[in-house]
Amino acid sequence: MTMIEIENLSISFGHGADRVDAVKSVSFSVAPGESYGLVGESGSGKSTILRALAGLNPFWSGHMAIAGQKLTAKRPRELRRLVQMVFQDPFGSLHPKHTVDRILSEPLTIHGFDDVEMRVRAALERVGLGPAFRFRYPHQLSGGQRQRVAIARALILEPKVVLLDEPTSALDVSIQAEVLNLLTDLRQHLGLTYVLVSHDLGVVAHMCARLSIMRTGEVVEIASADDLSEGRLLHAYSRQLLVASRGYDTQAIAAFGDF
Amino acid sequence: MDKSPILDVEKLNIRFNTPVGEVHAVRDVSFTMGREKLAIVGESGSGKSQTGRAILGLTPGKVTADKLAFRGQSLLGLNAQQWREIRGKRIAMVMQDPKYSLNPVMTIGDQLLEAARGIKEGAEARQHALGMLASVRIRDPERVYRAWPHELSGGMGQRAMIAMMLMAEPELLIADEPTSALDVTVRLQVLAILDDLVKTRHMGLIFISHDLNLVRTFCDRVLVMYAGQVLERLNAGELEQAKHPYTRGLLACPPEIDHRRQRLPVLQRDPSWMEPVQ
Amino acid sequence: MTDWAIAATPPRWRKWLLAETPQSRLQARLSRAYLSWVAFARNPLGMLGLVIVAILVFLALFAPWVAPHNPLAGDLGNRLMPPGGTHWLGTDSQGRDIWSRIVFGSRTTLLIIFMVAITAAPMGIIIGASAGYVGGKTEAVLMRLTDAFLAFPKLVLALAFAAALGPGIENAVLAIALTSWPPYARIARAETLTVRSTDYVAAARLSGASDVRILFGHIMPMCMPSLIVRVSLDMAGIILIAAGLGFLGLGVAPPQPEWGAMVSEGRNQILEQWWVCTYPGIAISIVSLGFNLIGDGLRDVLDPREG
Repeated sequence: MTMIEIENLSISFGHGADRVDAVKSVSFSVAPGESYGLVGESGSGKSTILRALAGLNPFWSGHMAIAGQKLTAKRPRELRRLVQMVFQDPFGSLHPKHTVDRILSEPLTIHGFDDVEMRVRAALERVGLGPAFRFRYPHQLSGGQRQRVAIARALILEPKVVLLDEPTSALDVSIQAEVLNLLTDLRQHLGLTYVLVSHDLGVVAHMCARLSIMRTGEVVEIASADDLSEGRLLHAYSRQLLVASRGYDTQAIAAFGDF
Repeated sequence: MDKSPILDVEKLNIRFNTPVGEVHAVRDVSFTMGREKLAIVGESGSGKSQTGRAILGLTPGKVTADKLAFRGQSLLGLNAQQWREIRGKRIAMVMQDPKYSLNPVMTIGDQLLEAARGIKEGAEARQHALGMLASVRIRDPERVYRAWPHELSGGMGQRAMIAMMLMAEPELLIADEPTSALDVTVRLQVLAILDDLVKTRHMGLIFISHDLNLVRTFCDRVLVMYAGQVLERLNAGELEQAKHPYTRGLLACPPEIDHRRQRLPVLQRDPSWMEPVQ
Repeated sequence: MTDWAIAATPPRWRKWLLAETPQSRLQARLSRAYLSWVAFARNPLGMLGLVIVAILVFLALFAPWVAPHNPLAGDLGNRLMPPGGTHWLGTDSQGRDIWSRIVFGSRTTLLIIFMVAITAAPMGIIIGASAGYVGGKTEAVLMRLTDAFLAFPKLVLALAFAAALGPGIENAVLAIALTSWPPYARIARAETLTVRSTDYVAAARLSGASDVRILFGHIMPMCMPSLIVRVSLDMAGIILIAAGLGFLGLGVAPPQPEWGAMVSEGRNQILEQWWVCTYPGIAISIVSLGFNLIGDGLRDVLDPREG
């Protein structure tokens, strides 16, 4: 059975003349325990898909299902325990006036757990933060530490699916390595399914087995990470993206087309 | 062509007074540069941006140096009038996000004209501005000239910013993460423009970035900064032979498409890197 | 150079409050409050305002012991005595000691300020934040209601309410509160519009938080800094309106001392016995100034752009 099933998903914003079709009839599926990538530049619609999957945007059409459960515009509370999300900006995804303890215990309180204290401590340990961090405020944490707290928060309700929206784009490259390793370890130990959105082909190639390359709301190509590393991409846009990721090369740039 | 150094920095120090004490953001940084593309690479907190700003006298910290000279002229202790002669006219700066560096209530054309004030006037200035927009490969200079900043995409905005900074034909351009906010393909196109301009105008370019892999393909020389100090300096083509463990660490930790690994190597920070470099 | 506020804290407390890794919720909260206090204490004018208000509170609390004479009854033989002797600020037309009446009048002032703050501010923040969060028709209705109240000149509306409800301190408080909440609603709505689209609110929704929990636990705390500053700055205005009401006889019932009423009583003697209305007037000015200075000081500390 598939863990995530998306069929003909379409999302648009605005009405009439101002209407923007952010996602146009996208389909893909993710197996349990798999890590799936959505790659694209800005405006490709990849983050929009993720937010709709998370239940943050009720205005979509098409078919979405997680663990066999069909998703509707309204999300029942229990579904929150199934799918969670890690946001891009570590500075913006933690409430500036809440301590780490409050940030982690709130989801537990909402869902009626009684061993809150123990779970909070376990969550912090799982992401490599000691108990010393429990009563700090976000502004007392570094970017990497904040992102670890965000990951801990995403895992605290024991979801099966974790959506990752550019989780390391705002981090220094050395911190990115630590956080990506942490995410890899967690997926293996907890049997999680990931959908990772990134503009960085290197990150997606590292974290995901399969990926969709997107452009202006449409899937341009579906490839495997092996296809990427061996340069076996079919669509011209995907190939251009791959070349661009390799660094500055005057001849390659001269050959860039406008898509 | 003039081969003498255009920028000579010796023992640059920048200190900030904060409520928790004095922060020594840049420590004894020394380097020279000619008409080349020099990269200053570091992570957040390395002091790379402050160094760039100090050259233009734009840092709020306290700047001290044995020497900070631009084409022989000292940049230490200049008054406002002297800075006005240098900023924008002889040394210019391009910053990261055109969303924040372009004035949202002025058209691009007006901002271009303002950048050339005192140097060119009237119709000549307008022609020069349109020429500048063309030289940053904007296909419809007239339209962009009349446009407002919010009507431009990230890449267009950054190109307009570069055009603006080059209006007065400076000799040194400092670019602080100029492409970090741009998409990957647009990023390379903007770099190509910068490359072109630097070559044809014999300018020096200081490229401040956190992306070591990007600068190794784009720049001529690289300075690697950590905790306010320059840990290593190399030619861009010789980065493979980098000796300092921090540089080697920075090179090894990004995920590579062609060479996938199970786990990424993690940088082990050695406290000795904080010690003054000999 | 250390802050005097840090230097003035006993070392044991200082260590606990400045700890990098707080061990409990309480320690984290107090630590944060302490650092805000230290930042505020850096501002000499803000501290001056604080001293003024502290004196006001002191006088109000210890009025029976501070005031040398009975504020309610006077010796008609001593009426309209100039400042000096046992009557430091003189006596009024009924022979009552002005200084004592000012001291007891501080209780009224403080009570009015306090009551208005705890009614108008929560009212404003709830209406404004709800409007900003829910949006749509609800927002439109609530904000037009706010606009309606905002359109009335404060003093005139307060007068109308007080005249309709009758004199008395509760009615004065009600009247002032009803005219004070609109700006707070506006501020709260503006902040809410920014906050509701942040990732941390999205994360809260993802955790299954109800709208009420998000509104009270996530959004309103972010409105607080701007609101606190605004309320402090408004205090001065509230004091003046209360004094205005008192001046027009719509505040506290005589013989209770109230600064505005005292100024009014001294109207007829303003030229010969100037002290009767001048000293209460000075008291009003000083306290207004004090709250203004605190408000300015708080604005520097509670940077609304924080976070």
